[in-house]
Amino acid sequence: MAIEETRIVTKFLRDRPQDSWEYAVAREHNQAYSALEAALKRDPNELIEEVKTSGLRGRGGAGFSTGQKWSFLPAGVFPRYLAINADEGEPSTFKDHMLIEGDPHQLIEGTIISAFAIGAHHAFIYIRGEFALGTERLEAAVAEAYKNGYLGKDILGSGFDLELIVHQGAGCYIAGDETGLLSSLEGERAMPRIKPPFPAVQGLFAAPTVVNNVETISNIPHIVRKGGEWYASMGVNKSTGTRIFSVSGMVERPGNYEIELGMSFRDLIEGLAGGVRGGRPMQFFIPGGASAPWLLPEHLDEPLDMDRASELRTMLGSGSIMAFDDTVDPLLVSWRLARFFAHESCGKCTPCREGSSWIEKVLYRMTNGLGRPDDLDLLLDFGSNIVPGLNAPFAQTTICALGPSTMSHVVSLDRCFGAEIRARLQKDFDKRRSLEVTPA
Amino acid sequence: MGFTDEDRVRARAIIDRYPHAKSAMLPLLLLAQDRDGWVTPEAMEEIAVWLGTTPALVLGTCSFYTMLKREPVGDLVVSVCTNIACLVNRGPELLDGLRSRYEGDTAIMVEEVECIAACDRAPAIQINYEYYGPVDTTAAVDIIEQYRSGALQARTISGSSRGAK
Ligand SMILES: Cc1cc2nc3c(=O)[nH]c(=O)nc-3n(C[C@H](O)[C@H](O)[C@H](O)COP(=O)(O)O)c2cc1C
Ligand code: FES
Repeated sequence: MAIEETRIVTKFLRDRPQDSWEYAVAREHNQAYSALEAALKRDPNELIEEVKTSGLRGRGGAGFSTGQKWSFLPAGVFPRYLAINADEGEPSTFKDHMLIEGDPHQLIEGTIISAFAIGAHHAFIYIRGEFALGTERLEAAVAEAYKNGYLGKDILGSGFDLELIVHQGAGCYIAGDETGLLSSLEGERAMPRIKPPFPAVQGLFAAPTVVNNVETISNIPHIVRKGGEWYASMGVNKSTGTRIFSVSGMVERPGNYEIELGMSFRDLIEGLAGGVRGGRPMQFFIPGGASAPWLLPEHLDEPLDMDRASELRTMLGSGSIMAFDDTVDPLLVSWRLARFFAHESCGKCTPCREGSSWIEKVLYRMTNGLGRPDDLDLLLDFGSNIVPGLNAPFAQTTICALGPSTMSHVVSLDRCFGAEIRARLQKDFDKRRSLEVTPA
Repeated sequence: MGFTDEDRVRARAIIDRYPHAKSAMLPLLLLAQDRDGWVTPEAMEEIAVWLGTTPALVLGTCSFYTMLKREPVGDLVVSVCTNIACLVNRGPELLDGLRSRYEGDTAIMVEEVECIAACDRAPAIQINYEYYGPVDTTAAVDIIEQYRSGALQARTISGSSRGAK
């Protein structure tokens, strides 16, 4: 059987006439806003149930049930807010800005339906500052939606009001964490906040707030149009529906692929993305963004299933896969990730602030032939102060999950290449020793 | 230099979009940056007044975000990614090439950045937040020079289209 994509949220942007995203085209070719028209005639609670039935889980990283999250809002507490997370800063992930640039109306329609379902009259799309084209496009599409009566007062005569604000960030990874995002949206440094209280109870300006990822929300119009049952009929186990995976690194055809969950890593990486470039052997791959522990070629036949990934002590995270061939030094990749996390640590929690830069320093010397024989064990030892137990699903001593992410590549080094690395460190050390001049 | 009355009208409109004025912090800082080419202390003081907060708090927020520049950076910000997809696709080489080509050039700032979500086009760069990739040093220089000569129209150093806002 041919290995194929299953296009739902990417259908229009793949099939659309020559790079057009405008309202008229989206309406004609993709029934844009027809799901909204139907949703506004329904009871909001029924919509939440529909989303629960679909089994849809968050596509931003944590994979939490979307319908369940919506139902956590405390009854009778207003105002409420909806914030769409379009920060997309997880290294190796590049699907959300494609959805925004290619099909902004799908996201806007999903946002309006979701706001209606949860009873929010203000929604924000927090878009990563570096996404200049995305911001421009989204602003233009939002203006079209206002003009056509899908936003503003008394939407389509339903009595429901919604203001939608496109909010441009200004460059920082931690604004992607949902509580960091809310701090940023309040005009502060994007520092995460301790949970509980969860945003659904006390979020933006202490009001109940739902935060959802772009891809999560882009699925909503389809679920409303075709039903939760239909969505749940796709996928595998508790990973229902489709997901977009950003595949990159050293593969023949890097890009975004929307597939039905349950497909194997092999079919995605080799079948769709063409496998490792030049036919070289794969050394390892990272299955869920820079924060996810690594996997080896022996795992290629495992299914893309969020819960199976947890059993393998990793995660599908932000929906991206990066593959590396046998010429790459895993220590170099790990060091570069360590530098990323050290740079992006917001500084609020001591274990992450101090730990992230120590990890970077030790990995630097390990990578560059200056390591000490027990450096890997040293990292694991002090790293367990950030991530007690060191294994996914991660425990943490920090407010947000950036803490454990600083260690996930180190844990991977130990798991995938522990013996080789220890031998290499010993060899580097012995070599340096042999060059030492003994005083006469 | 500094905000004009027209800017103040625009700033008011931005603030009024939000249920809470303080949410307008980043949009106003980006507006100030587009006005002056960087975020000046004077601009931060005025933003503090508009938002009913202190200049220290505005500075505290401003200094947290990498796109906000607190000193002049020239007309073009060239962001070169060296995160892992770009790392294994000659990103560091590209960074070195561009850094040495534009060293001492006050109109062009080359900066190393984290993943810009264009890993499928590695090594990827942004020039005033417009994407290019995959590129090598020669191709990147060629594009940068087209911006410098005006053959291509650049976005602002905050990424907005010229004249759009
Ligand atoms: C350090 C960090 C960065 C994150 N970055 C993003 C991001 O860029 N986009 C995103 O949607 N979620 C990101 N998340 C996950 C969010 O906290 C949150 O779980 C998600 O936006 C919820 O939406 P969902 O349920 O639809 O996935 C990040 C989390 C952490 C800890
Ligand atoms: S790693 Fe360079 S764009 Fe993602």
